[in-house]
Amino acid sequence: MQHPSPPRAGTPGADLGVGLFVVLLGLLTLYSAWAIADSPLYAQVGAKAVPYLVGGILVALGIALSAVALRGGWSGDLEEAMEAPPTNWRALALLGAGLLVQLALIDWLGFVIAATIQYVLVCAAFGSRRPLRDLLIGIVVTLGAYLGFSRLLGVNIGAGVLEGIL
Amino acid sequence: MDVLSGLALGFGNALTPINLGWALLGCFLGTAIGVLPGIGPALTIALLLPVTFKVEATGAFILFCGVFYGAMYGGSTTSILLNTPGESGSIITALEGAKMAKNGRAGPALVTAAVGSFVAGTVGTLGISFVGPLVVDVALRLGPAEYFSLMMLCFVTVSAVLGGSALRGLASLGFGLMLGLVGVDLQTGQARLTFGIPELLDGVNVVLVAVALFAVGETMYLAWRHVQGVQEVRPVGRLWMSGQEWRRSIGPWLRGSFLGFPFGVLPAGGTEMPTMLSYYAERKLVKPEHRHEFGTTGAIEGVAGPEAANNAAAAGILVPMLTLGLPTSATAAIMLSAFQSYGIQPGPLLFTQQAALVWTLIASLYIANVMLVVLNLPLVGLWARILKIPTPQLYAGILVFATIGTYGISNSVTDLVLLYGIGIVAMFMRRFDFPTAPVVIGMILGPMAEQALRQALTISQGDWTTFLTRPISLCILLVAVLALVGPRLWGVFRARA
Repeated sequence: MQHPSPPRAGTPGADLGVGLFVVLLGLLTLYSAWAIADSPLYAQVGAKAVPYLVGGILVALGIALSAVALRGGWSGDLEEAMEAPPTNWRALALLGAGLLVQLALIDWLGFVIAATIQYVLVCAAFGSRRPLRDLLIGIVVTLGAYLGFSRLLGVNIGAGVLEGIL
Repeated sequence: MDVLSGLALGFGNALTPINLGWALLGCFLGTAIGVLPGIGPALTIALLLPVTFKVEATGAFILFCGVFYGAMYGGSTTSILLNTPGESGSIITALEGAKMAKNGRAGPALVTAAVGSFVAGTVGTLGISFVGPLVVDVALRLGPAEYFSLMMLCFVTVSAVLGGSALRGLASLGFGLMLGLVGVDLQTGQARLTFGIPELLDGVNVVLVAVALFAVGETMYLAWRHVQGVQEVRPVGRLWMSGQEWRRSIGPWLRGSFLGFPFGVLPAGGTEMPTMLSYYAERKLVKPEHRHEFGTTGAIEGVAGPEAANNAAAAGILVPMLTLGLPTSATAAIMLSAFQSYGIQPGPLLFTQQAALVWTLIASLYIANVMLVVLNLPLVGLWARILKIPTPQLYAGILVFATIGTYGISNSVTDLVLLYGIGIVAMFMRRFDFPTAPVVIGMILGPMAEQALRQALTISQGDWTTFLTRPISLCILLVAVLALVGPRLWGVFRARA
């Protein structure tokens, strides 16, 4: 049996979403330009002019992208999108969990512990099945990163449980 | 200062043991990073920016130049042995190089890429030394109006001329301009686009944005489409080129170098166009008896030419960056922000006010180039081993460094939220084919363009026609309009004919 036309990988709906997101960014810029207080200082071009310009350009580009989306979109024709495997929800969920853990723990337990947990979760996201080994490698990598940044580059990475001991 | 005495001064500074050490470290780090798939020099230099707080400017820039040149060398190794180009400029190298590797000729492909990079690096660095001062002479005559027009041209060429679609490129640029607006306006002191968040008063940090775009977004995209499996790394084999292969490579090296450099110097600044042109040229010029190798077993000309073009173009990008202060690639934009963190504004005055720094930087490019060709071929086994780092550990490690580099800016979780948020945007940008380099360029160049606009309008007392009545400014703007609408008009004409 022959298909009349090959199924398209992308959907115009998704492309429309992208176009509308760009419009939204533009509107956000326009709104915040409008919200800038008038300056008592004299300036030939004030603080508002360029934000209005950038916001306007973004809205115009977003409308143009939406128009392209309504005429069939562009992402379905991309070679990469056509060959792409289906969405890997498991990987995305584990990766997202890793990032959230980092946000929740870094101020409380410090970088080394938070990043080690993140390391194990990201490894799992990419299909690693040996969490204990990842934990050990993760401790080495995060400690190395911490010592490299704090001692060699002199960057303050904040306080934490392990950082206090070191 | 003339070129030769400048170079003498530069080599005198660069050849001290400590500066040679910085160059060696940069080359080593740059190659290692360049070899890793998916991350490149822009991300590396962004993560190394804290160096600028501790090390004096000369050492830091020697390090960055080593990373810059080293990453280009490393990129070709990846595209030959793995067939996954790390940077857009190595896509063409992957075409023929991966085919050569598949047919057991990885050795000659790696040698021709390395020597070709050396030839191109030499041509490119000579070009910087001799073309740079000429551009400075012209640039010193440009006023704010001309600068503003030049930046508009830069915006158009980096976002609308290269890449898949002008619309998407410009949208990326707009996103970058928007990010550049966040923070306190330097002229009036008013907060802009901060949405009441005090952390945003200082603006969005460029390191954060670069790391989000090039590390977090890339990792998220790969997770989105992740399929279990191990990528095959092809064996290196014998690192050796026959006399015939040398003879076949010399022409493409030189043609690629001289083709690539001007493309880098122009504010277009892409490496895709010259590598593609070099590939087509070599396919046309190849001797009939070797023509069948293109696209089948892999032709050495198709590696030598594009690789040289890629490196020469990347070197050329340093010309507008150093002489005009215009970054035309993401890496150049990050380097520009490194200059800014020393309180140095790149531009025509750099060659006179910071002559020692500029010429030391140029001399260190020559040194890095020699170091790389000496280091890389013997070490290629080590680089191939880096490629064998399994995907899970590699990307988990990249995220660790992305996080620490961002958290180190001001120890703020708000920065991390922004990092991951912009990372999600970058993931969708990748999916929907939006280029990421215009975001970084817009973010760095946007505030500079606004400043030039304000200066120009102050000089003209608010008369906006100043951009059109000054002849040089008008010419530049016309070129920009032509670059924007020209290709589309051409398409319409072709469709009618």
